[in-house]
Amino acid sequence: MLVFENWKKILVLTISIFAIIFSLPNFLSKELTNNSLSFLKSGEIRLGLDLQGGSYLLLKVESESLQTDRLNSLADELRLAMRNSSPKIGYKNLKVSGAKLTFTLNNKEDSSSITNVLVNIDKEFILNVDDLNNIEVLMSEAKIKEISDYAILQSIEIIRRRVDEVGTNEPIIQRQGDDRILVQLPGLEEPERIKKLLGKTARMNFRMVNETASVEDALSGRVPPGSDLLFEFDERTGEKSVPYVIYKRIGVSGEQLIDANPSMDQNNQPVVSIRFDTSGARKFGELTSKNVGKRFAIVLDGEVISAPVIREAIAGGSGQISGNFTFETASDLSVLLRAGALPAPLTILEERSVGPSLGEDSINAGMYAGIIAVILVVIYMLIIYGARFGVAANISLIVNVLLIISLLGILDATLTLPGLAGIALTIGMAVDANVLIFERIREESRAGRSDIGAIDNGFKEAFRTIVDANITTLLAALILFQFGSGPVKGFAVTLALGVITTMFSSLLLSRGIITFWYNKFKPTSLNI
Amino acid sequence: MLRLISDNTSVKFIRLKLVSFSISAILSLASILAVIFIGLNLGIDFKGGILLEVRTSSNISIAKIRNEISNLNIGEISIQEFGQDSDYLIRVERQEGSDNAQQIAVEAIKASLNKAFSKDIEYRRLEYVGPTVSKDLVKDGVMAIIFAIIAMLAYIWFRFELPFALGAIVALVHDITLTMGLFAILGLEFNLATVAAILLIIGYSMNDTVVVYDRIRENLRKFKKMNLNDLLDKSINETLSRTINTTVTTILALGALYLFGGQIIADFAFAMLWGIVVGTYSSIFIASTILVYVNVRRTKEPES
Repeated sequence: MLVFENWKKILVLTISIFAIIFSLPNFLSKELTNNSLSFLKSGEIRLGLDLQGGSYLLLKVESESLQTDRLNSLADELRLAMRNSSPKIGYKNLKVSGAKLTFTLNNKEDSSSITNVLVNIDKEFILNVDDLNNIEVLMSEAKIKEISDYAILQSIEIIRRRVDEVGTNEPIIQRQGDDRILVQLPGLEEPERIKKLLGKTARMNFRMVNETASVEDALSGRVPPGSDLLFEFDERTGEKSVPYVIYKRIGVSGEQLIDANPSMDQNNQPVVSIRFDTSGARKFGELTSKNVGKRFAIVLDGEVISAPVIREAIAGGSGQISGNFTFETASDLSVLLRAGALPAPLTILEERSVGPSLGEDSINAGMYAGIIAVILVVIYMLIIYGARFGVAANISLIVNVLLIISLLGILDATLTLPGLAGIALTIGMAVDANVLIFERIREESRAGRSDIGAIDNGFKEAFRTIVDANITTLLAALILFQFGSGPVKGFAVTLALGVITTMFSSLLLSRGIITFWYNKFKPTSLNI
Repeated sequence: MLRLISDNTSVKFIRLKLVSFSISAILSLASILAVIFIGLNLGIDFKGGILLEVRTSSNISIAKIRNEISNLNIGEISIQEFGQDSDYLIRVERQEGSDNAQQIAVEAIKASLNKAFSKDIEYRRLEYVGPTVSKDLVKDGVMAIIFAIIAMLAYIWFRFELPFALGAIVALVHDITLTMGLFAILGLEFNLATVAAILLIIGYSMNDTVVVYDRIRENLRKFKKMNLNDLLDKSINETLSRTINTTVTTILALGALYLFGGQIIADFAFAMLWGIVVGTYSSIFIASTILVYVNVRRTKEPES
């Protein structure tokens, strides 16, 4: 009698039944799993973006612009402080470029008092003076880190809100490294729309139009101080159309909006209806009541949406933004306004989008290839190792594949296209363990051992080799998981799972089957 | 039951070492030269750039598509058929400039294609990678391969002895070199999936090597007096049947993947197929044969 302990029998049976049951939902129709067999739902495999379609976006938060913003406001404060200090500090060429504020002092003696002026405004800045009285103001490292950390966290929050508004199932939004955000949007029908939404900072504000200034002068480069030259853009061509000179002073900020929705005005034109919070409503009421008959501009990310004339004071905090909207652009703007402004602009560093039709083709091709792989390997094993050992190897191969499938589901791992390749490959390599065992049994048998001795020794001697050899594949898979990205990680996962399930199926399952067969039929020859 | 290798096969592998080493040396040299002079056809993962897979319905030709996007001033464009007749792969070189230069170019391409073909064109896949990310991916890829080699070296050293580890590493480097050489010579796209394939080849080749080494170690203990050449030959021959059977089943599975797994995975499967063949060859003709030259320590305890 060959010995196969009872606890092993129970273990093998339990795991095999588990493999069969929990791989089932991936072969059955969705309705069945959702209704009558809902306990199997955990076995359903989550498909990667390359198989179900969707978008993978790697975004960079341009937080340097926040430093520029902060330095710009510092510049205003500095000008004021230097003018008001006694004695007055003279300077020239004050400008902000990138993450640096520079100016030149008229008198060398002022270089000590300027430090005090700066410290009084904010301690977080670093000031350098050179021999020619050139001053350079930078942000401290700690401050930069604080700003960019805040920008990342805030951006993630805003992205999440925008994505949720558009409604995609199970989006993944996570921080990556110092300044990047990874966004995965599965099964997205219109990736274009979400990309457009993410591309907008959506900083909106209401500012008065400077009607005393001449637009011609501004266009020729003489923009009056305290004003900006901004343009309305043509919705269709995307080109600058109407120029406006607009005061820099913000009347009411978009941050004070609490709601925005697309609707139709009395002329049946799409508009965005907005509502301010209490303090925003008060400010908006004051602004409109003081400026009846004048123009004010609605500015979004430095572009003028529209610049209507105020006909009457608007109290109550509700209003409508008109513009060259289609219903779609009106609803997009509403989404942006509801979700809030990004702290800094985002750029897409990397995108990988797969349409649903390609995803489906890939699944079908992958499954087809997998089934053919199984059939070919099964036939080969039958030819080489015969009806007994061959069948044992084949049963354990099939359970092995089912086990990988059910583990992928249970562990909530993501199956990608390379992952499917990993499964197909495991089919080829999994039988290796059985091949090692069977070849060993052949050898032992040839060396004159009894059948029982040959089988026992075959498993025992091959065990060490199998473990040693499989650890190399496992190592490769772990390294791949560590360094790989996206779909490649999926390959590493199936490969690693494949190694583990292969150990089980060859060392326990096929041994169990062979023991069962041998003890039951007491064959006179092994026929291997 | 079928035996591809007869039970008492005894091929003199070690005697062939001059032949096999020469072949390997020539192929390795050719590979290195190919990588240097022809260069690897790097995909957008490593080079940056734009890739679009489109499906067209009415008879839109490559020339028509090229005509639409060639005046966008976006640099070098390549368009090829992909899978079925009406599917095309459009590749555009990396756009210089700011971080969002790729994004702007993609929008321009899609706008002009939509304008020209509107409903007749479907975007099946869109990928673009900017310069910062592609640099990161190159770094990660190189690191992964180096780490894999070090990990294997350490593992073999730990499980066997240093001489074995040296043999294994020479074989590994040989396999990687030949795979990269093949990619350079055939001009196949070298991308993230290729790096994954190389790591897998590393794993597989080691797997094969370990099986032979395991037998060599066993025989070193069993037959202390046997001449090393004979012992190596004996070990390789004893595991030959296993080596061939496993190689065949893996090739069957990968062959199915290559032929039926779809266009995207085909190059990946091809790289692995090649790697399996090279890996099997190297575990016999390099990893094991090289043990003749390194000092394989034989255990000192007295023979039983």
